[in-house]
Amino acid sequence: MAERTTNLKGKTPERAAEDGAGYWKANIRIITISLIIWALVSFGFGILLRPLLAGIEVGGTDLGFWFAQQGSILVFLALIFFYAWRMNRLDRQYGVEEE
Amino acid sequence: MDQFTINLIFVGASFAIYIGIAIWARAGSTAEFYAAGRGVNPVINGMATAADWMSAASFISMAGLIAFVGYNNSSFLMGWTGGYVLMALLLAPYLRKFGKFTVPEFIGDRFYSSTARVVAVICLLVISITYVIGQMTGAGVAFSRFLEVENATGLYIASAVVFIYAVLGGMKGITYTQVAQYCVLIIAYTIPAVFISLQLTGNPIPGLGLFSTHQETGQYLLTTLDGIVTDLGFAQYTAGTSYLNMALFTLSLMIGTAGLPHVIIRFFTVPRVADARWSAGWALVFIALLYLTAPAVGAMARLNIMDQFWPDGVQGEAVSVETIETDPEYDWMANWIQTGLLGYEDLNGDGRIQYYNDQNPDMQALAAERGWQGNELTNFNRDILVLANPEIANLPPWVIGLIAAGGLAAALSTAAGLLLAISSAVSHDLIKTLIRPDISEKGELLWARVSMAGAIVLATWLGLNPPGFAAQVVALAFGLAAATLFPVLMMGIFSKKMNSAGAIAGMLTGLIVTLAYLFTYLGILFIPGTNLLENVPANYLLGISPLAFGPIGALLNFGVAVLVSRSSAEPPIEVQALVESIRVPRGAGTATSH
Repeated sequence: MAERTTNLKGKTPERAAEDGAGYWKANIRIITISLIIWALVSFGFGILLRPLLAGIEVGGTDLGFWFAQQGSILVFLALIFFYAWRMNRLDRQYGVEEE
Repeated sequence: MDQFTINLIFVGASFAIYIGIAIWARAGSTAEFYAAGRGVNPVINGMATAADWMSAASFISMAGLIAFVGYNNSSFLMGWTGGYVLMALLLAPYLRKFGKFTVPEFIGDRFYSSTARVVAVICLLVISITYVIGQMTGAGVAFSRFLEVENATGLYIASAVVFIYAVLGGMKGITYTQVAQYCVLIIAYTIPAVFISLQLTGNPIPGLGLFSTHQETGQYLLTTLDGIVTDLGFAQYTAGTSYLNMALFTLSLMIGTAGLPHVIIRFFTVPRVADARWSAGWALVFIALLYLTAPAVGAMARLNIMDQFWPDGVQGEAVSVETIETDPEYDWMANWIQTGLLGYEDLNGDGRIQYYNDQNPDMQALAAERGWQGNELTNFNRDILVLANPEIANLPPWVIGLIAAGGLAAALSTAAGLLLAISSAVSHDLIKTLIRPDISEKGELLWARVSMAGAIVLATWLGLNPPGFAAQVVALAFGLAAATLFPVLMMGIFSKKMNSAGAIAGMLTGLIVTLAYLFTYLGILFIPGTNLLENVPANYLLGISPLAFGPIGALLNFGVAVLVSRSSAEPPIEVQALVESIRVPRGAGTATSH
């Protein structure tokens, strides 16, 4: 994505529209990546891909069971905090944060 | 002091705190009533959201459902936490930027249509009332045990208490009360779990104890549990069966979470868009504290129950009726039998209670050989497990009092949040905006309270014969939320071209198809005996259980909305500009209401 270090305030309308599109595109990209991880740890490791992880033992059962009961929750937490941090930074890069 | 008095003290003291806070923070204006004047810090808001969210379903019911089924019910754990990711990424910041008070208000404005708003109100009412039935079920269980009365009496008492409590304060009262409730419920959930984890594994952290060594056998706890349950003909605890239903059910709970009006409303109350993003994270931190412990509570309780019924191991003799009646270790059984939620019967008259799976053909052969004539633990309501757990593990009486207070905190806090969502939809979205715009603030508050009362009466009546255990009823509400509100909220933000006709058609399709599917198997309005088909897997469409139907409803909602929207006029230019504006945080003022 286009990283912008300068804070673009006082921009022309065309510039603003272009920036708006860039900001939204960057946001969609971050959302997509996050949701892929979200689905992978829960529906993937926790449920459908569990047979693939059956060989990895965790405390009397396998890794898939751990993902289903605890691992996915820990990843969800990390994802939300990552998204909040990343988006607040993106807001500032594009100069669209709240005053 | 006897257990009854201790329970009364704990429950009474916790109630005094909540009511004290509610009176202290009494709502003055309508704005305060709905959204606490938007002055709530994200961490505090996260904690209140967690209390709002973790209901009787999470606290009282969920670990019991996990305990008796095992791995397959991990859906509850992933579903009720994973939804927060969707909420944080797809909805919360944008709805906060939009800055209105209710979900139907957003839908009405975004789709420039009062019809869309009315349809959203209908969806919200169906979802929330179904959800309240689940809360009433759970609260009824908790009240019946700690007041030592029959289940139905417990339910009536619960509805009276919820009514008094919810009508007293609005959101502001509720926000701070819910912080207090969170503290009570998390302490109440954690302390017995720590004790039990120490007893069984020596590890003080239940979430880690689950994967540790069982001290008595020297094997892993889960290996021990798998061995015992399979020896009695039950399904292996850690093994899965229907991966399709499990994945769909998990998805239903996730999408449903992100479409639940009483949770979404929470993100309207934070000061800034950035705070809405953090708030979802904080809410999940506080939720995860319980959710990481819950699977341990489930597995350990199952092990303790097996141990109580088979004190000499599953190859030895079962527990004798005499022991159950006289040994203080088994007092919990007598306590729960009087609620009507637990029962045993010595079918073969050998003076012992054999608890095993009599549906399993291999087990039937073994049972015949050993002279058993069917499972003698005839009734074990899953919703009693968490509340009975400290008694089963013989923990001190104050822990038992604490868990009664915690269970009630969980049920009450969610019921109050739901009633608030119901009352604001009726008074604000229906009466104030559509029917009588000239209504006074006082009149609006009156309508808010009348609709709360109506919702409680309806939910109590339906709660007398609930269509499942508390967490299952609540899961139905999630399916409905997934099929109705989530898709239109998401399209409202992510698609500028989605128009009113599409949204209305989508919501109605999701609502009608999902309700039809649920009513087919669970009875019309969930009234027992009115179902068209028996609720068994053989009758399900493509094998999809009613609990797992939410994503199908959501898919139809999305599909119909896109088709209808493509074949009708684009939204007006100012609505497209509105969508542009909610996508960026800048300019998020305080919320307004029209």
